[in-house]
Amino acid sequence: MSMQPALIAEGIEATATLEDGKARRGPARAVRSRGNKPSLSLMIVLLLSAITVVIPLYVTISMAFKTQAQAVDGNAFSLPAPFSIDGFVTAWNLTNFPAAFGVSVVVTAGTVIGTVLLGALASYAISRNWDFKRFRWSFFYLLAAMFIPFPVVALPQIQLTGLLGLDNPVGVTILHIMFQLSFSILLFTAFLRSIPAELEESARLDGATTWQTFWQLIFPLLAPMSATVGIFAFLASWNDFMMPSLITSNPALQTLPVVQSIFQTQFSNNYNVSFASYLMAMAPAIIVYLFTQRWVMEGVTQGAVKG
Amino acid sequence: MTTTTAPRRPRRKIEGIYYAFLVPSVLIFTIAITLPALIGIFFSFTNSIGFGEWEFVGLINYIAMFTDPAILSSYLFTFGFAAVTVVLVNAIAFLLAVGLTAKIRLKTALRTVFVIPMVVSGIIIAYVFNFLFSNSLPAFGQATGIGVLSESILANPDLAWVGIVIVTAWQAIPGTLLIYIAGLLAVPGDVYEAADLDGASKWQQLFRITLPLVVGYVIINVLLGFKNFLNAYDVIVGLTNGGPGTATRSIPMTIVTGFTGGDYAYQMANATMFFVIVVVISLLQLRITRGRNAI
Repeated sequence: MSMQPALIAEGIEATATLEDGKARRGPARAVRSRGNKPSLSLMIVLLLSAITVVIPLYVTISMAFKTQAQAVDGNAFSLPAPFSIDGFVTAWNLTNFPAAFGVSVVVTAGTVIGTVLLGALASYAISRNWDFKRFRWSFFYLLAAMFIPFPVVALPQIQLTGLLGLDNPVGVTILHIMFQLSFSILLFTAFLRSIPAELEESARLDGATTWQTFWQLIFPLLAPMSATVGIFAFLASWNDFMMPSLITSNPALQTLPVVQSIFQTQFSNNYNVSFASYLMAMAPAIIVYLFTQRWVMEGVTQGAVKG
Repeated sequence: MTTTTAPRRPRRKIEGIYYAFLVPSVLIFTIAITLPALIGIFFSFTNSIGFGEWEFVGLINYIAMFTDPAILSSYLFTFGFAAVTVVLVNAIAFLLAVGLTAKIRLKTALRTVFVIPMVVSGIIIAYVFNFLFSNSLPAFGQATGIGVLSESILANPDLAWVGIVIVTAWQAIPGTLLIYIAGLLAVPGDVYEAADLDGASKWQQLFRITLPLVVGYVIINVLLGFKNFLNAYDVIVGLTNGGPGTATRSIPMTIVTGFTGGDYAYQMANATMFFVIVVVISLLQLRITRGRNAI
């Protein structure tokens, strides 16, 4: 199982010494302002370390734009010469990219929407009825998913989804939502506790029902949490291999990470094609990350530190 | 949780709509996760092959596991791999976090780059590294005359695990790093001013002041990481698919063989065992993190 970001949420009881204000100001903040000059040597060491991150990504991109003749010459680090998009064209047809991309989009979108909605609704019900046993217990019950890694329940889930006719992307989506739910409930309930009761009371005095209060007042207030929860659901779902590969029985309905396996069995020497295909599968997650990095970075910290 | 106020005796009635908010989650969760977990535990005491007739066999599956070389080697491999990876990941992530919270230029850009591996699909980046380990690294080994590297390390039963550690660490460092950055940001700056006045060197400060102050974060990262690495699947499938032979077959991969291999009940016993281990680690983690009021 890949490092699912959501599992990072499990340090739930870690006390929040890192108060929100501090975390929120985020990356640009210098902790130790000792000494006035930024350290040049340290920056160089870090830049060199960053190369280890960049190399596999660079190789993926440069290989993807090579001609087949250049791709098999053995030098992974050369720049594409001539520049070619043949790899992409072939990969597009070979993996039936539109179909796999479509399945990935549907599964991921369903997971994001389902995780945010179910998580927010359940968290609201739980936090506003905390003094009732069955709501408190539901909270701990739903959080228990963090104790159950997918491999433990994989075999019965394969059987059960088969029996229920859910051995398809719909079943994968439901399972993705369920494995993300603990993380989202953890974040949402922590945030809901910090919303002052007066705010809701005034809405009630104006005659709003619980339903209206939730949709018009609470859900908009939850937006920053929903962003974090949604992005982690997106990353976990988009990048997952194990669950779709085991649950979905029809190969034509597989997600992008799963269809890449054809390059391990067939076409294994068409490196420009396989890397073009890898790039098309990876790029959406990297692009989303670049635009949402604030929430990604905060999400990890909140998951581990909030409680 | 922070809301541990003694439950008042509730007088009010629960509004029905709250049930409508909560029940879908609880219901789907029960069908999708609780039920399969119970089914799995149940069948671990039978001789089921996944379909057809079965009967109870008591603890035979559990007893057989302890003398099964395939099971034992997968546990040995998985725990060894997880232990090595957790040390490597935490050492690198901690040092990077110290660097990335110090006063340097390009800090924001560097953080952006260092977090990228976290958002990349495990199986796909494993395919990329597979290519590097099978083509580029041997080419380098041949050119420099380093015998061990002149052939793919993934094809070497004694070295394939190194490749898996590298790729897993590559992916796991960002999450660990971000938690360390949060920890380091929470350390008040004036302790260093005092240390500076006392003439402590930067390295002394790092190991005598910083490290003890963030030890709570170290514990979280070590336990979280260890538990995640026990679940290794995607990266291994992409690199070695458990090979050469079964040299790098993780516990999850062994469990999944019960799907195709006809030993369903037996692998459910394995899964149950694995579950117990994960729960113990999780409880340990909860206990430690809950016990510490100020990290």
